[in-house]
Amino acid sequence: MRRTLAALAVGLVATSAAAQELKVGFVYVGPIGDFGWTYQHDQGRLAVEQAFGDRVETTYVESVPEGADAERVIRQLAASGHGLIFTTSFGYMDATAKIAEQFPDVKFEHATGYKTAANLAIYNARFYEGRAVIGTIAGRMTRTNRIGYIASFPIPEVIMGVNAATLAAQKVNPDVEMTVTWVNSWYDPGREADAAKALIAQGIDVIMQHTDSPAPVQAAAEAGALAFGQASDMRRFGPEAHMTAIIDDWAPYYVKRVGQVLDGTWESTNSWAGFAEGEVVMAPYWNMPYEVAVEAADLERAIRLGRTHPFEGPVVDRDGAVQVPEGETASDAHLLSMGYFVQGVVGDLPK
Amino acid sequence: MEPFLISVMIAATPFLFAATGELVAERSGVLNLGLEGMMLMGAVTAFAATSATGSHLLGALAGAGAGVAMALVFAVLAISLMANQAATGLALTIFGIGASGLVGQPFIGQPLDSLAKLPVWDATALTRVITGHDPMTYLALAMAGGVAWFLYRTRAGLALRAVGDSHGSAHALGLPVTATRYAAVLFGGAMAGLGGAYISIAYTPMWGENMTAGRGWIALALVVFATWRPGRLVAGAYLFAAVTQAQFYGQALAIPSQFLAMAPYLATIAALVVISRDKALTRANAPACLGRPFRPDR
Repeated sequence: MRRTLAALAVGLVATSAAAQELKVGFVYVGPIGDFGWTYQHDQGRLAVEQAFGDRVETTYVESVPEGADAERVIRQLAASGHGLIFTTSFGYMDATAKIAEQFPDVKFEHATGYKTAANLAIYNARFYEGRAVIGTIAGRMTRTNRIGYIASFPIPEVIMGVNAATLAAQKVNPDVEMTVTWVNSWYDPGREADAAKALIAQGIDVIMQHTDSPAPVQAAAEAGALAFGQASDMRRFGPEAHMTAIIDDWAPYYVKRVGQVLDGTWESTNSWAGFAEGEVVMAPYWNMPYEVAVEAADLERAIRLGRTHPFEGPVVDRDGAVQVPEGETASDAHLLSMGYFVQGVVGDLPK
Repeated sequence: MEPFLISVMIAATPFLFAATGELVAERSGVLNLGLEGMMLMGAVTAFAATSATGSHLLGALAGAGAGVAMALVFAVLAISLMANQAATGLALTIFGIGASGLVGQPFIGQPLDSLAKLPVWDATALTRVITGHDPMTYLALAMAGGVAWFLYRTRAGLALRAVGDSHGSAHALGLPVTATRYAAVLFGGAMAGLGGAYISIAYTPMWGENMTAGRGWIALALVVFATWRPGRLVAGAYLFAAVTQAQFYGQALAIPSQFLAMAPYLATIAALVVISRDKALTRANAPACLGRPFRPDR
């Protein structure tokens, strides 16, 4: 019921009206006011407007449910003269692929999916690089050797984040245990805060999240635990708890791709950029000893320069099977289909 | 166990506010599906007022006021102009989602101090669970108790129920049907506004678009679940909050998370089955004129 209503509530919002060379459409899964995932995509959209001024017009549609409504919204954008359309959630994949087939002259970019076509590019960010950094910090900072992870849905994107953080934490603290709690939502401040409180009540003293609101940071601050922000710098919501945040910065990619459409060099690509391209950025380090911040920054640099990888073998799953042998590094294909938890992760993994 | 029960107390509070208000409106014969919209407007207004004045009391009052303003729009359309109540309520929700997002834009990413908690009486486990919450938690309970008293122990409450059960007879007896319904709907709006305010200034002190995340719809369901009785409503709100919170505590006990995710709805269906087995009871409590506009014929 709620989803249907949200769909009804969706309206097209055009943000400028002059004659332009290109209309760029954005489809968002949440409200731009989530201060998380969608907020950061919208910051990227604003960067496009900033960079190209009157040459482009941008349109966004927010809170579009994944499914049939998405198809309708994407078709509407394609049919109303948009030359480039970004669809910014995994669940838009089939709808985007279908509309891309029907509108061969329109260019599509789908975030976090895997279906491509001549006019359908895909892009994602290597958030697991940031997860490795916060895992290192968490491993150093936990006093109870128990870290909590507030997870949304059991998809590879989330699972690889849990594993990257766990592996990194274990490297600096072999006794560490990662407890995962599923909230089955990307955005529900109340439930996210409740999940954080439940984890802290179980003796966990460092919280990380793969959900979009700052509520877990706030709950951690209230309970005297430590936390990491997600998608944006959430320090203001818990200055005494917030250690750093993994910031999604889509602006470089959006500006680059819009520029390529304008000068005719756009091609369907598969972009998975991380620290090196500036798409994943760590927020300033707080609430930790100097040595820990230095260690985190060193790891950040090593990953950026390609000297290390968060998934260097051996990676062993919870059943004891070797997933990545010693001396090897997990391939992108392996990461994108990750369906196991590594040893040291506590909690159910829904199949 | 203690942290779990404390979480239940907190999580039940927004449901208690919104559902108690809706119960009064429905008992007067008006179905207002705009709870979610009124809660969101209450949430954003309370957040804005609290961050502007620094006073949570003023914030909560402003939230209630925003709920009343929304309910007034509904009342004019649905009571005076006799628009379809379900459609008007849905429109109110959709409007509330959009308008609160618009009004709330400057407050995104702004923190706020949480509503102060009262001291804990650290005598037993029970007192540690029950005491030490913020005043709004107790206000919600007091309001539910007050509504129960009002509906069943006062003449005005009897009149309100009469209006909801048979507006024609109530009118013939000289009861002010339209005025009663206005009052009930506006009270419902104030309570929904308080429920929203609780979310944005006490539960998770922040503003985020759509932050009530469907709690208005759950509150609506709770009213039916409670067969329009305040006592059952309180029990239902705590039960639903408990099953929801159990999701987070139960995962530590290695209960499959999918099972936990469906548990609240399973519990709701089970309770509805048990309740609806007693048809006479359901019918005795359901306001007979619920959703029907009143047109005075003389």
